[in-house]
Amino acid sequence: MNPLRDTGRNTERNTEQEPLWREEVSIFAADERYVNRRQFAKFLVLTSAGMFVGNLWILIRSWLTGKTAYPARPVALVSEIPVGGSRLFNYPGPNDPCILIRPAENEFAAYSQKCTHLSCAVTYAPQRARFECPCHQGYFSARDGRVLAGPPQRPLPRILLQRQGDRLIAVGVDLQTERS
Amino acid sequence: MQHPPEHPEPQRRGLTAIDGALAMIAILLIVQMWLLTATLEGFLAGHREGVLPAAIVSGVLLLACFGLYRFVRGVDRETRGRR
Repeated sequence: MNPLRDTGRNTERNTEQEPLWREEVSIFAADERYVNRRQFAKFLVLTSAGMFVGNLWILIRSWLTGKTAYPARPVALVSEIPVGGSRLFNYPGPNDPCILIRPAENEFAAYSQKCTHLSCAVTYAPQRARFECPCHQGYFSARDGRVLAGPPQRPLPRILLQRQGDRLIAVGVDLQTERS
Repeated sequence: MQHPPEHPEPQRRGLTAIDGALAMIAILLIVQMWLLTATLEGFLAGHREGVLPAAIVSGVLLLACFGLYRFVRGVDRETRGRR
């Protein structure tokens, strides 16, 4: 059987009659380079499709999540925290550790305790007015949560606080994206 | 005695064209990988404004890769078909 289609130019294989294996597994040694390259190109295009699916997934997640509504929740009493001290709490969920600090008599601030590098727990260093990540020496300012040094690229998310008498109430989270 | 070349001229040109297309696909793929990591990093940092353009650009890059693949397949069929 002539594997070539009679098209006048006699240059195209008759793919309608040829089985798929003959296209994908060459019986000629000289054709092997072509088959290998074509299959490698197919693999690269499939990888490219995977990258596109990844971008689509991010887009869908972005549409679905939208704006988060944060609950108002008491997190500490003012009298519980000494000046220069700190207190741990979870907000907005039970698996979101945060740290509340009192740098001055009437000054309170709270941040997520997860380092924005690899989510290690940061600790408060009042004498240096900063948060320190023990894993990779990432440092954040205790004044506004911005990155001072180390591998983190983003500031610590800030927990918005309201004071009602002796109670400190968390009312929201500022991701501080404009600082990154 | 003179040996015939391993690949006659049309076949050699076909291989060169395929290699060039493969290199182009690889470059586009690297750009797409960078785009995905940058988009993910931005999304996790709360920057959502770049997510849609990144998805569109990624789709365009995929179409370009697919077009180059069709080119590779066409060259492959045509060159091998001459034999």
